[in-house]
Amino acid sequence: MLDEMAEARAADREMVAFRVAGQDFCIDIMSVREIRGWTETTILPHAQRYVKGVINLRGSVVPVVDLSERLGLGAIDPGPRHVIIITVIGAQTVGLLADVVSDILTVNDDDLQPVPDIASESARAYISGVVVAQQKMIRKIDLGKVLPADGRDLT
Amino acid sequence: MSLMITDDFRDSFFQECEDLLEAMNDGFRLMAENQHEIETVHAVFRAVHSIKGGAGAFGLDALVAFAHHFETGLDKLRAGKLDLDDTVLGLFQRCGDHLADLVGSARDEVDMDAASSAQLHGELDAIIGTVVQDDPDDAPDFQPAGLDLDLLFAPAPGGRYRILFEPWAELFRSGNDPAMLLRNLGRLGTLSARLNTDHVPPLSELECTRPHLQWELILETDETAETIADTFEFVDGLCRLEIAESATGETVRPGGCNSMPDAPTGEADATGPDTVTHGEQTQPIARTNDSKRASAATIRVDLERVDKLINLVGELVIKEAMLSQSISKIALPSENEVSVGLDSLKQLAGEIQEGVMAIRAQPVKPMFQRMSRIVREAAVATGKRVRLMTQGEHTEVDKTVLERLVDPLTHMIRNAVDHGLEDPQTRSAAGKPEEGTVILSAAHRSGRVMIDISDDGGGINRAKVRKLAEDKGLISPDADLGPAEIDNLLFLPGFSSKDEVSALSGRGVGLDVARSEVQALGGRVSITSNPGEGTTFSISLPLTLAVLEGMVIEVAGQTMVVPITAVQETLQPRTAEIHAIGQDGRVVTNRDRLVPIVDLGAIFGFRPPPETLDNHVLLLVETDNGRHCALIVDGIQDQRQVVIKSLESNYGHVNGVAAATILGDGRIALIIDPDGIIRDATGPIGGDFQLHAAR
Repeated sequence: MLDEMAEARAADREMVAFRVAGQDFCIDIMSVREIRGWTETTILPHAQRYVKGVINLRGSVVPVVDLSERLGLGAIDPGPRHVIIITVIGAQTVGLLADVVSDILTVNDDDLQPVPDIASESARAYISGVVVAQQKMIRKIDLGKVLPADGRDLT
Repeated sequence: MSLMITDDFRDSFFQECEDLLEAMNDGFRLMAENQHEIETVHAVFRAVHSIKGGAGAFGLDALVAFAHHFETGLDKLRAGKLDLDDTVLGLFQRCGDHLADLVGSARDEVDMDAASSAQLHGELDAIIGTVVQDDPDDAPDFQPAGLDLDLLFAPAPGGRYRILFEPWAELFRSGNDPAMLLRNLGRLGTLSARLNTDHVPPLSELECTRPHLQWELILETDETAETIADTFEFVDGLCRLEIAESATGETVRPGGCNSMPDAPTGEADATGPDTVTHGEQTQPIARTNDSKRASAATIRVDLERVDKLINLVGELVIKEAMLSQSISKIALPSENEVSVGLDSLKQLAGEIQEGVMAIRAQPVKPMFQRMSRIVREAAVATGKRVRLMTQGEHTEVDKTVLERLVDPLTHMIRNAVDHGLEDPQTRSAAGKPEEGTVILSAAHRSGRVMIDISDDGGGINRAKVRKLAEDKGLISPDADLGPAEIDNLLFLPGFSSKDEVSALSGRGVGLDVARSEVQALGGRVSITSNPGEGTTFSISLPLTLAVLEGMVIEVAGQTMVVPITAVQETLQPRTAEIHAIGQDGRVVTNRDRLVPIVDLGAIFGFRPPPETLDNHVLLLVETDNGRHCALIVDGIQDQRQVVIKSLESNYGHVNGVAAATILGDGRIALIIDPDGIIRDATGPIGGDFQLHAAR
């Protein structure tokens, strides 16, 4: 029992922290493949508003999701300063459009707090917990919900 | 570790089974066409025997038991004790099918119901007559014995040689196979072999790349020692070889050999003597059975590696195009070294791409063989007599195309047997042979693969088809349809021309599904039928799924690609006759035909339809089902080969979009799917049916 607790305590994760629409978010570094600057996307017909289009990632066609729009924080008008965080969820590769990548954090599972009740429903749907670090509240994004496992849901 | 090795062996066994089954079916086909020789029977026998041997090594008892029985039947045929008539051949073919099923179920580790085995067992028994159980060769466990040699090569009363043969590692490394050598040796006379495994170390010390085996051979022959040595000419210096004339006949006693056929000839041998005391193992030569191996100079490569290579080459071609584009922006003098170098680079990249694509190309033969089984089963189910003839089975098609073609082709073959061919009475009444013929042919034609399925049946009963379509509400009773249009009704969803739903092809899956499967591969299906003479379904397929010839166009600021196969012509709206229909419908007159105009930008939601078409171009496209439309595009940039990239893997399907590609500037362009666009614009059956029926 004690051992198990000690093990759980030791479960430190590294998180990539980034800003979207003035708020701080993070995702597990293990699901991040790379971070690239904004490149013009090819627009997809009949796509959801938060799908900015597709980009060429070394020969693969990768959709880019505007996180701000997805979280209900208004659409980003992307420019050269924006970044695309390339993430891998299951078999899918998807880019997340963010304002800036701010930090790499080491977060212990114990430090992860449940989402406060006051958060709006739409935001809570995509956030699996919050971490307080460097006097900031950083929201941990549930990638599985932001990027549905079935590609059809994106369309 | 050892488990992994077993898995590897297992995999290679099943891969080999596929080759062996192919060889077996080849033989049956030759027999069916009455072109077989005694060697054909031997080849079939060997194939079944090899499967049995391998199966024994993996403890696949059901497979061994059936293969053994099957083999016994074949042995009777081989020995000339059985006449090869249609009944016998039919039974053997069904046994072959069943053997393939057993191999499949053993591979997937699922249980087969034993009933079908038992039934075929019974039928085999009936054909063979009473099975001679006391013949040691017929004992159910695998015990190869040198009996056949004595039958085939009468023992010569000449000399008797003792040969010691010990292959070194170099022999295997240079691709030689002791089994081949020993078999060749066997042709010289009567050969008995004794495998000496004394030098095989314990498993823990076994180095798998070092051979550990030694054969002691006794050859009775009237050839000279030189001729014997000649057999080993190619492995001179790669083995230890001692040939000595032996005066007294040393009896070589037959004994159980490990049933895995490859083990003795494969890898093993060693330095540490006497570490394992195996019993002496005698391996008679006659039935060692991996002749396949030596003949085919092929390698098996993981498909993933090939695909990775194809992707990389695709990248190379794109990078090359990007480089050309940026260099063309620099004003270099003509005939400069950079451009010349770039040109040859382009050519090289193109050649590499072609070469890599060729790796994925596979002959259609195995698929055709699968179809011969479908025909047999369909014939039994419908009570018709059917012969399948195949043509052009060496035609090569991309592996993925081939795999995805199996379902639609199966459907069409069943359809040909079930609906195409008449029953025997009708046939003989029409003066045709009772046995119907289905011809399956493949050929390359102008950069595409054509696969035809023809039957010599009664042709399409157009009046009946038409009536059925009317009854089902698929067409209006006053529609004016030509013969070709009526034939095409067969492809409409929800159409089945058989009055009653038959067990065979009436499974709720119509020809429309088969056709959409072919279309998903970038293919087309067409149909021609002559009353009383038969029906032909023609499938036209692209050679590869990796590249496509496309027209690069611009719509609402987006670059897109239209498959060139769909484009019929381009029209200047200024000169073309355009008519407005209703509030926002427009049609253009083209060759006495009214073609609906569809704005690509509007259908994709990029912009409202343009007020005037003067600054646009009309692209007249035709889909596989003969539907037409004119697409409004803003401009045509280029016509070129593009690499096809999947949109589905990371995103999903988009209506009206077939796939994506990467252009010279590294940006992604969507490849449009004209059929999807017409469906979106005009509904599933479409209003232009009536119009182009007048053609």
